[in-house]
Amino acid sequence: MANNTAQLQEKPHPMEDILRMDRMPHIWCSGCGLGSAVTSFVEGLKKAGVSYDKTAIVSGIGCTGRVAGYLRLDSYHTTHGRAIPFATGLKLANRDLTVVVFSGDGDLFAIGGNHLIHAARRNVDINVICVNNFIYGMTGGQNAPTTPLGAYSSTAPFGNYEMPFNLVGLAAASGASYVARWTTMHARRLTDSIATAAKKKGFCFIEIVSPCPTVFARKNKGGTGLDMLKEFQTRAIIDHDADPTKIPLNMDNEIVCGEFVNEDRPTFWENVQSGIKSRVEKFTDWEEMQSNSKKIHHKTFLKYTASRES
Amino acid sequence: MFKKSRLIGEFFMQGDIACAEGAIAAGCRFFGGYPITPASEIAERMALRLPLLQGVFIQYEDEIASIAGILGASWAGAKSMTATSGPGISLMTENIGLGMMMEAPCVVVNVQRGGPSTGLPTSWGQSDMMQARWGSHGDYGSISLVPNSPQEFFDLTVTAFNFSEKYRLPVFLMADALVGHMTEKVVIPPVEELEIINRKYTTKKPEDYLPYDYGKDLIPDFAKAGDGYRYHTTGLTHDKRGYPDMSFECQNELVPRLVNKIKNHIDDISLTEEYDIEGADVIVISYGITSRTILPALTMAKKKGIKIGYLRLKTVWPFPEEKIRKLSEKVAGFVVPEMNLGQISLEVERCAHNDSIVKLVPHPGGGIHKFEDVLHAIEEVAHGK
Repeated sequence: MANNTAQLQEKPHPMEDILRMDRMPHIWCSGCGLGSAVTSFVEGLKKAGVSYDKTAIVSGIGCTGRVAGYLRLDSYHTTHGRAIPFATGLKLANRDLTVVVFSGDGDLFAIGGNHLIHAARRNVDINVICVNNFIYGMTGGQNAPTTPLGAYSSTAPFGNYEMPFNLVGLAAASGASYVARWTTMHARRLTDSIATAAKKKGFCFIEIVSPCPTVFARKNKGGTGLDMLKEFQTRAIIDHDADPTKIPLNMDNEIVCGEFVNEDRPTFWENVQSGIKSRVEKFTDWEEMQSNSKKIHHKTFLKYTASRES
Repeated sequence: MFKKSRLIGEFFMQGDIACAEGAIAAGCRFFGGYPITPASEIAERMALRLPLLQGVFIQYEDEIASIAGILGASWAGAKSMTATSGPGISLMTENIGLGMMMEAPCVVVNVQRGGPSTGLPTSWGQSDMMQARWGSHGDYGSISLVPNSPQEFFDLTVTAFNFSEKYRLPVFLMADALVGHMTEKVVIPPVEELEIINRKYTTKKPEDYLPYDYGKDLIPDFAKAGDGYRYHTTGLTHDKRGYPDMSFECQNELVPRLVNKIKNHIDDISLTEEYDIEGADVIVISYGITSRTILPALTMAKKKGIKIGYLRLKTVWPFPEEKIRKLSEKVAGFVVPEMNLGQISLEVERCAHNDSIVKLVPHPGGGIHKFEDVLHAIEEVAHGK
C-alpha cells in the first residue's frame, strides 16, 4: 500500500504545466464544483491552443476568486467585484493578451454587477467565467443575488425573499457576443465553450452552475456534492435555441444549458479603430494646431495682460 | 500618423489641460476616468490627445472601475492615470490600497473641491490632504504632490509619473479647483529636456524571478503581463513569490517595507521651496493654491519688521518631519494657513519642538484667506502667543 502511494506521488500531475503545484492543496471544500470548473478551463485553453505566456487571468474575491492563484499564468487576485474593470485595463493596454476573468456570482453580479453590464455593453474583448453556486461560500453562506426565491442562507434564515438575477439573461441583454450556461456535470461541453470563448473576439460570458455542499446544500437539504451533481443531471436540459432571458434558475425547475448567444459584434477596440480613425486622420495637422493655438493663446494672453494693466 | 504630436512651446493654458499635457509628456498612454467637476477637463484633453498618440482613453462607468482599470493597464506595462475630485477619490480608496499592496505604478489626480460629501463641486478646497495619506485602510507609504499653478501642475504631473515608476505605487497629485481651472502661462519643454524615469524591469529569467523580491532600495523589479513570467499578484498579504501567506512573519516583512520604501527615500521625494528661512522668527508653511493667496500677508508682516520665513511644500506626503523638527529648534513658531479646518497643521504640531508655537489659519474652502487673519496669526506667533 505504502509502495503504491509513493508511486502515485512520483507520477506528475497531468496539468502541472499550468497549475501552481507549490500552492497545492487548494483551499476548496470536498464536493465543491470549482475543481471541475478549473479542469474544464485548463482543458479548454489547451484545446483552443492559446499561448499560456499570453494568457492572463483575473479574479475578484470569494471562493472562485481564488482560482487565479492556482493557475500558473499572469494571474491577478484583485478586490471584491473589480476584476472586470481591471481586466479591461489589462486587455486594452496589451491587446495581444487573452484575458479571462474567473470569479463568482456574488463578486460579478452583486458588488461588481455594474462593471459586468458595462463591459458587455462595450463588448470589450475579454472572457468572463462565472461560477454560480447560489450563495456566498467564503464568508459563510450569506444570501447572493443568485440565491433562488425561498432558499435558505445565513442571512435569509426564513428563506430568501429577493428575486434572483438570471445571469445569462442579463449578460445577453447587456450585449455580450457569446453567452453560455453549463453545470459542472457538463465537463466536455463546458470545455468546448471555454475553448470557443478563448478564440472568440468580444465579450464572452459563461455561467457554470456549481455545487456548494458546505453551505448551500447544508442549508437547503441538498446533500453532498455528489448528490447535487445528480440533481443537476436530472434537472439539466440542453437547448441552444432557448431565449437566455427566459430561463431563470430556481430551486426545482429545469436548468436550461447551452450556447445561447454566439454573434460577431465589433469589439470596443475595433470600434475605436474603425469609428474614430478617419476622424483622427482628418484632424488638423498637429503642427498647425500647435502654431495656431500658440498664436491665439498669445493674443488672448496679451489682451488679458493689457486689461489688467489698464 | 502624427509625427510631431507633442506639444512644445509657450501656451496660455488651463491647469487641468497642463496636467493632461504633463501626463502625455511623461509617457502616459492609458487614461481611465469618469467625469467630475472640476477634473473633467483632464479627461476631455486625454480623450483628444490619446487617440492621436495610439494611446487608450476609456470613460469608465464609475471611479471604482477607473482606478481598477489603470491598475490593470499598469500591469500591461502602460503608464496610466485617472483624474477625479473628492467624491471620486472616496470611491477609489479601496483600489488605491490594492495598488499600494500590488505595487502598481500609476498616477491619481485629485482636483480638490470643498467637502464633505458633494460639498462645493465648482469651488475649491484642500480638505482631502489627510485622505490622500490615510484614505485606504491599512498601513502603507504614500506620495502626494501639490501644485500651485498650471505650470507646476504640468511639472509635478511629470514628477508624479517619475515617482510612481521609481517607487512602484499610485502617486497622488493634489491640485484644487483654483489651480485646475486657472489659466496661466505654461512652458512645455521638448521631452528630451524633461527627466523621465521608467520602472525597472527585471533582467532575470522567468524561472529565477521572484516578483516581490527586493534589494536595498526595498523596491521589487517589475515584469509585465505577456512577457512569460506568469507570476501571481494579490491584494492579500503575500510572500516574495506573490503567494498569499497569512503568517505574522510575512505581514511583518511586507507592510513595513511598503512604508519604508517611501520613508527611506524621503530626501529624493520631498520637494520644498524656501524663502528667508535663515534667521527667521516665524515660518509660514503652506502648500498648493494657499501658498499664493496668502503672499500679501507675508509682505505686510515683513514691512512691520517681523523676521518671516516661508516654506512651501510641493511634496506634502511623505511629510518632511526632520526638516520641521530642525527648523522648530530655531524659531518662535509656525503659521500654517490651509484651506481646511486643520490637517497639515497637525503634522507640523507633531513634528515641532515643544517650545515652538504652531498656529493654524483655517479656511473651509470656497474662498481665500483674509490677509488680516494670516497677518494676525503671524504677529501673535512673533509675540510669543
